[in-house]
Amino acid sequence: MPGRIARGIAPDVTSRLARRLRHGTVIVTGTNGKTTTSRLISHVLGLGAMSSVHNRAGANLAAGIAAALVQRSTVLGRVRGDVGVFEVDEATLPVVQPSLSPRAVVLTNLFRDQLDRYGEIDIVASRWRSALRELDPSAAVVFNADDPLVSDVGGQHPGVRIPFGIDDDSCGLGTLEHAADARYCYRCGIPYRYSTVYFGHMGVYRCEQCGASRPAPSVAATAVVNHGLEGIEFDLNTPEGAVRVRSPLPGVYNIHNVLAAAASCLYLRIPLETIARGIGTFSPAFGRAERVQLNGRPAVLLLAKNPAGFNEVLRTLLRAEGQTALIAINDLTADGRDISWLWDVDFEMLTGRLGRVVVSGLRAEDMALRLKYAGVNPQAITVQRDLGRALEAAIGATDGSPLYILPTYTAMLQLRKILQQKGIVSGFWED
Amino acid sequence: MIADMDLRIAHLYPDLLNLYGDRGNLMTLAGRARWRGIDVRIDELRLGDPLRPGAHDLYFIGGGEDRQQKLAADDLRGVKAEALQQAAAEGAVVLAVCGGYQLLGHYYRPSEGDDLKGLGLLDLTTEHPGPRAPRLIGNIVIRSPLLGGATLVGFENHGGRTRLGAGARPLGDVVSGFGNNGTDRTEGAVAGHVYGTYLHGPLLPKNPRFADHLITSALRRRHGDVALAVLDDRVEDVAHKAAVARAGA
Repeated sequence: MPGRIARGIAPDVTSRLARRLRHGTVIVTGTNGKTTTSRLISHVLGLGAMSSVHNRAGANLAAGIAAALVQRSTVLGRVRGDVGVFEVDEATLPVVQPSLSPRAVVLTNLFRDQLDRYGEIDIVASRWRSALRELDPSAAVVFNADDPLVSDVGGQHPGVRIPFGIDDDSCGLGTLEHAADARYCYRCGIPYRYSTVYFGHMGVYRCEQCGASRPAPSVAATAVVNHGLEGIEFDLNTPEGAVRVRSPLPGVYNIHNVLAAAASCLYLRIPLETIARGIGTFSPAFGRAERVQLNGRPAVLLLAKNPAGFNEVLRTLLRAEGQTALIAINDLTADGRDISWLWDVDFEMLTGRLGRVVVSGLRAEDMALRLKYAGVNPQAITVQRDLGRALEAAIGATDGSPLYILPTYTAMLQLRKILQQKGIVSGFWED
Repeated sequence: MIADMDLRIAHLYPDLLNLYGDRGNLMTLAGRARWRGIDVRIDELRLGDPLRPGAHDLYFIGGGEDRQQKLAADDLRGVKAEALQQAAAEGAVVLAVCGGYQLLGHYYRPSEGDDLKGLGLLDLTTEHPGPRAPRLIGNIVIRSPLLGGATLVGFENHGGRTRLGAGARPLGDVVSGFGNNGTDRTEGAVAGHVYGTYLHGPLLPKNPRFADHLITSALRRRHGDVALAVLDDRVEDVAHKAAVARAGA
């Protein structure tokens, strides 16, 4: 709200305040990983003695960014902070970017997400293209080399380009999964040939017709060791040298977030050792593989908001020993009102692996039906629309191994509220 | 003799037109047939693959993004048109959703640029009223005379407005939502065994009676009239009712 009010009084408040940030602004955008990446950047910059202004998780439209700046400003318009780190809604980039005049724009990935709100990923990509055309050529674009569409967009920037990616075949899945989006070359329309697929349409690709191929990442992960829910470990290779890093963030998808943050911080001249320390000490953003104790029993919250993200979360939890899951599906605007994406998630992975699945949320019944088709034993499924009761039922069904809680975005917010009322989690995530 | 029966399904452009959980439709057709002991084969027909009339009992076409839809439209017209028309004339079932539905009509007229010529399997045309016109998005409930007035539930998301000619009947009347064009309260189109609709969600999992209607129609071509065994649809029925309530219908 303060953002909306301030913009009502002075529509250019964002640009006036952003200009006062000594080290400029970094924008992070993309379908998945915005919150984790921008928070990791802020965390590392903090270790490097740069104080950052950042927006609240999810408050990533123009108003949320204005609010973050206003809240960190004095009445005389001085901003308490050296650098802005803002996650920006992927469809909003062209609107927000000009007022922030960023030093760096980070493009994480493009997956199908909330089609009813954004239209198609090609439309989002074309918005990015027009935003990048307006970007100062002296600014850097940090982009995901493993995503064909993102690297096609990022590669067009005439200024500093910093591609990041995974260089480790052991992270590969072998084949493209159903949630893959960008399978056809953006220039000639024939299928890319992938030598490795990491997840979704992320991988090492090449168009055999026009030769368009994955750019060599200048910041790369090699020698990856996946510790499941305990996190990831890899060699972080950069133009400044290489260092072994260990992150508590789980899953191959988080390697991209770590690489994006490392590349951005290097560009802001943070030493590599500081970056490695930051990666090791960063705790997950709210609901992103966050661990809690419920009635003395361990639980892990894993935000799952689109097919690619959901598949990665499922793959990660199947490496651990839990037997019980709570899946909460809402269809509010922030979740995407169209829940047909549930059929693009490979829930078949769960077949025979879980003893009890409690489904909840506004579309609990849809989730139950999806699990029926995935081959999950109907006897193992409990439908409980009310989230509080669903949580009780799920905790009651655990056997001491961790309970996996997989909510969509607004279901996550509701769960946080329930957990806060129980005194289990604090409201820290609102900062 | 259900045990000796088989259902042959062709899924057109599974990698291009798969925008709205469309594989759920295939999973439903295959699942509901197999649960009754009917053997199911699904062949995927991609760009350049020939379509052999007589090889399949049911053809499914889903929806895609503009770029993918253009690729599919060119291939559909250039490689598969005649054979698909022949198959439909010989009694094969064709089910098309969203973008695929538009491709079965005479043409799709985008807000800018040239018309995308369709197959003309359904007597309808689709026009996009311009970049400023809102997309028709939301939960939808229709009543279908095909199912004795029972409801079909789904989600729609389309910019194009479709109008039916005299040669096609609507699949149903809109109870809640927009339907073909947001004005005449019709949704979808049917001509013979060719079905088109904007309902995804996906369409078939929560509408099991319609899925069975399609399976029965598809089997008729080679196996005559088949009485399908009754299945336990409690999970489906609960999800259907929940979707009706969610649509405010």
